[in-house]
This record gives sequence, structure tokens and C-alpha cells, in this order.
Amino acid sequence: MLDGITLQFDIGAPTVLIGPNGSGKTTLLRTAMGLVAPTQGRITWGGVEKSPPIHRAFVFQRPTMLRRAAAGNLRYALRVAGVPAAQHNGRIGELLAMVGLDGLGKRPARRLSGGEQQRLALARALARDPTVLLLDEPTASLDPAATKAVEDIIRAIAASGIKVVMSTHDLGEARRIAGEIVLLHRGRLIERAGATEFLGSPKTAEAKSFLAGELLV
Amino acid sequence: MHQDASALQLILSGDPALFAIVRLSLIISLSAVAISTFIGIPFGAFIALNRFRGREGVIVLLNALMGLPPVVVGLAVYLMLSRSGPLGALGILFTPTAMIIAQTILVTPIIAALARQTIEDLWAEYRDELTAMNVGPFARVVTLIWDGRFSLVVTLLAGFGRAAAEVGAIIIVGGNINGFTRTMTTAIALETSKGDLPLAMGLGTVLIGIVIIVNALAWLARRAGEKIAG
Repeated sequence: MLDGITLQFDIGAPTVLIGPNGSGKTTLLRTAMGLVAPTQGRITWGGVEKSPPIHRAFVFQRPTMLRRAAAGNLRYALRVAGVPAAQHNGRIGELLAMVGLDGLGKRPARRLSGGEQQRLALARALARDPTVLLLDEPTASLDPAATKAVEDIIRAIAASGIKVVMSTHDLGEARRIAGEIVLLHRGRLIERAGATEFLGSPKTAEAKSFLAGELLV
Repeated sequence: MHQDASALQLILSGDPALFAIVRLSLIISLSAVAISTFIGIPFGAFIALNRFRGREGVIVLLNALMGLPPVVVGLAVYLMLSRSGPLGALGILFTPTAMIIAQTILVTPIIAALARQTIEDLWAEYRDELTAMNVGPFARVVTLIWDGRFSLVVTLLAGFGRAAAEVGAIIIVGGNINGFTRTMTTAIALETSKGDLPLAMGLGTVLIGIVIIVNALAWLARRAGEKIAG
């Protein structure tokens, strides 16, 4: 699935992985998170291999809501992250406000709309107080309004100093969010550059084709 | 119980013997379900979350044990608890304790097998999220049992249904002693053999009524819980 990829993510503007379906975006993110073990090569975080995912958090394309209220989902994440119980209520309020879900804390998480669930998933990931946030096509199944709400939150997260690494197959979304862009195709890294450079003067034929809206096969 | 009274008369008059039978039946069945829950759910969770050699065989065996013949279990427990048996010194044959043991053996595979399936299905759904959150093995089990609690209620009801309806095992190890080990099912068997079919039918109606009430209460609790937790 992934072939000879060497990547280093530095703290800073969001890195957006783009590429067609099956290019390896999700696999790369899942491998980075430790959800998939690489058959070769190694992954280090701060120079440490097999470091526990304490400062990493992951949001899936279709996040699974635990069978609790929205606030209960956040409380669970805070408890797992080792946040003292005395701080839970205050932190839950902050997180719900940050993702625009204030007032919905008592609602069962599974009864929220798709966009609200995705925002709750972002809040749940932030409950882990991550330095790196990995997002796998977080707006892929959302309508434009919900997409905008999620993108606004992602920008706010990135502005707060958290490193965002996200995948998308939507070039428009990459333009709106990316500080740098990584193009993957058939499991290989095709091109990596700052967003302005990549979008303005791509160097590889694949990147030019992708930007031109042609199908990469 | 008055032999010539109908079941309805016995119920309406608050017949103490009848209510003692009902009470003992509930104590035995609910005790067996409670013990089986503490054994079966953790065991089911262990199989659901772990991959080990022979796992498929254990699952097939567990599923097969759901159909354990009660009379065979009764006979096995009888042999264990009889004076010459390995546990004969305990002196608990023909007591409610022996009946609880027999029913626990019958109910545990049902709860373990159904819990295994419920927890395994939920684990398939939760695996990525819990792994990404770095949830430890013990916390995973607790989370899955808690989040699967509404489905697990049905599992417990299946176990209770088996226990409440069971007669073959408890009549062997309990002896159907009047006022001591007589339950609704053993009383029904006795009254039927004596030819008092109206009383047997009446007792059967009471038994079905209790099972329906227990299931209705569990259903209401499940509905209320789902409304809150989703």
C-alpha cells in the first residue's frame, strides 16, 4: 500500500495529504497513528520509535460515537487521557464551546447530525491535548455548511499551535487549509511542497494532471 | 396448597404456600442468572477480544453448550453432590443451593456465548477509536460491557428464561421437597403427574406471567436507558 515513503512532519502550518482514492492517504495516517503496523521501515515521534500515542489524536472519516451523551464522550476521552475528574466539567464546557456544540452536551452522541458528530469527534480528539492531530478525510461525507463548520474548527486548531496532518481528495479543501501539500499516488510520495508553490507551480507531471482535474490512474 | 382450589383462587387469596413456591423459584433463577452473569460476561468478553489457538473451537463448544440437556446437567450435579460424590461432604444435595448450581451450569454458556457475540460486534465498531485513544485492555472490556449494556440485557433475559422454565435439572438435584425445594416448574410437573391439570395450568399461567413481567421491566429499563445514552 505504501512504497518507500519518507516524510517528516514539523510543527507549523497544516500538512494536507492529497491524492485519488487508493493512493495511500488513509494508510499513511493510520500507520503514523500506530493503527497499522508497517511491514518495513520505522515511525518515530520526537525521535522515539514506538512511542505511545499520548500526544497524538486521530479523527476518522466516520467517527464512532460511544453510546453516551455528547458530554459523556468527552468525559470518557478526558478520563482515558488522565485528566483529573475535578477538571472534567470545565474542560467539557470549553471543548463543546470550541466546536460550537454548547447546549448539546446532554444529547445522545449518536443522535447528533453527521456534521455535529464530526465536530464532537474533533472535540474528543482535543480532549487528549495533542501536539499532533491526524484527520482522515474529516469532511468527506458532509454537506457544504457542515464542511465549512469543520474547516473553521480545523483552522482554529492549527492556529492554536497544534500540528494538523489531514487527508482529503478535495483539492478545494486543500487550498483552503493547507500550509503544505503532499501528493500521494499508488502508495508513493509524488510531490511535497508549500501550498502556494504546489498549487502555483507543480513540478511533477502527476501533480500537474491532478491540479488540472485529470484522473490519476 | 389446597388441592381442590383453583390457581386463581390461590393467587387471589394470597395462599402462603403458593407464594413460597413463587418466591423460591425467583430466588433460584435470579441467583443462577446473577452468578452466571459474573462468570459468563467476562468469559465472553475474553473470547471476544483475544485471539488464541483453538478460539474457534471454544466458540463452537460454547454455542453448543447453550443446548445442554438439563437432565444430563442434573444427573452430573447429582453425582457430584451425592454422598459418594467428590462434593458429597458439603451436604447440599436436595437443597436450593444445589438447584442454583445446576441452573448456573445451564445458564452460564448462554450468557457467555451471547455476550461474546455482542461484545465482539461492538469491538469491531469501537476498535479503531479505542486504539487511537490508547485505551488499555481492562478499560476496553469495561467500555464494551458498559456500551453494550442494552444488548446484554437481552442476554440476561435469555438466561433468565432458560432458568425460569427449567425443570429437568432442579427436580433431580432438588428433589421437589414440599416447602423446601419445590418451585413452580417442579410443582407443575408434580400436579400434572397427579392429574390436577387445572392447578398445573394455573401455576403455568403464574410462571408465564412472571416471565412476562420481568421481561417488560427489563424492556422499560432498556428503553429509558437508550433514551438517555442513545
